[in-house]
Amino acid sequence: MHSLIRKYYYGDIPDTPNAGGDPISSPSAAAEHPWPLWEVFIRSKQGLDHKHAGSLHAADAQMAIENARDVYTRRNEGISIWVVESKYVHASSPDEAESFYEPATDKIYRHPTFYDLPEEVKHM
Amino acid sequence: MPITNSEFPITNSQLLITNQLINYTLHLADNTLILAQQNSEWCGHGPILEQDIAITNISLDLLGQARNFYQYAAELINQSTSQPINLLTSQPATEDTLAYLRDNREFRNCLLVEQENGDWAKTILRQFVFSNYQYLLYEKMQDSKDEALRAIAEKALKEVIYHLKWSSEWVIRLGDGTEESNQRINKAVIELWPYVDELFINAAYESALISNNISVDVASLKNLWMQKTKEIFAEATLGIPENIFAHKGGKQGMHTERLGYILAEMQFLQRAYPNSVW
Repeated sequence: MHSLIRKYYYGDIPDTPNAGGDPISSPSAAAEHPWPLWEVFIRSKQGLDHKHAGSLHAADAQMAIENARDVYTRRNEGISIWVVESKYVHASSPDEAESFYEPATDKIYRHPTFYDLPEEVKHM
Repeated sequence: MPITNSEFPITNSQLLITNQLINYTLHLADNTLILAQQNSEWCGHGPILEQDIAITNISLDLLGQARNFYQYAAELINQSTSQPINLLTSQPATEDTLAYLRDNREFRNCLLVEQENGDWAKTILRQFVFSNYQYLLYEKMQDSKDEALRAIAEKALKEVIYHLKWSSEWVIRLGDGTEESNQRINKAVIELWPYVDELFINAAYESALISNNISVDVASLKNLWMQKTKEIFAEATLGIPENIFAHKGGKQGMHTERLGYILAEMQFLQRAYPNSVW
């Protein structure tokens, strides 16, 4: 059973219906009624943040968590899983990268490197 | 000169228990190996990538359990003075010789696990029926007097809890899903139900070990099994068939034709090229 899925990569998810998984004509039932795409976040151990691990398809949240368990934690990678439907992730547009990010590249004074630290201050 | 039983009274009764324990352990191993082999056929063919991985994960869990049981059975066989297992070679038994060099009639798996995969609904239902049984079995086996069986059950139970959850949810999803999914799972119920009862009929090797608290009395699991099945089937809007003729014999080595095909594929390499390794 083949179903062709146009896959968007992380950060490029368009803010439209069917975001992420857009089936290209295929006879299979899975493609006629595609399951929504979910983003998976895994916490590898207590005290660390959940990190984005990847994305997958699932019919509902419970199935998404179980799929994530089977796909992303089978080699002992995690102790906690978050899933969120990809359509709820709003991303910055790659087209706006210039105005969004480049102005920050020449503002070196925003890094706290111009202060003389007192001797007693550690861990900076 | 004939040897009378009275010459070895103690050895004989111990031997009897050991032989039954070997049979019992092989039965547990064969159940898990055959189901693992069958589920693994879905690898690359699952309805969707994520579920393909899920079913093959379950397959690997079952294979791991089979390995533990076979290793224990091999140990028992090698320790025992008489070897009731008909091996092709005179080499000591190993997990591999037990899996790859025994014939159809020596396998003691229940008939349920050798039933064809069919469609996704049938594979799911087979898994649900078996996981539901295995959950109750391993839970009880944690109290077995046999240390090895106890340890294997304890480890495997965690895996089975997930298999049961996963397959239960799928039974509900298919039963209470679309018209087609409901039709398919109903068909699976009709096809598989004749193989349910065998799970709860003690074979001679199970009965013989109950009084020593080694084996689990499978007849005692049936009510709990039915309770869980009713609960899931109610949610799935499925009916439970009644008065179905029950096939049995798998646990005694009398199998359906299908097991021959499964073994032919699984054992081909070791039979054609003995002792070949990866």
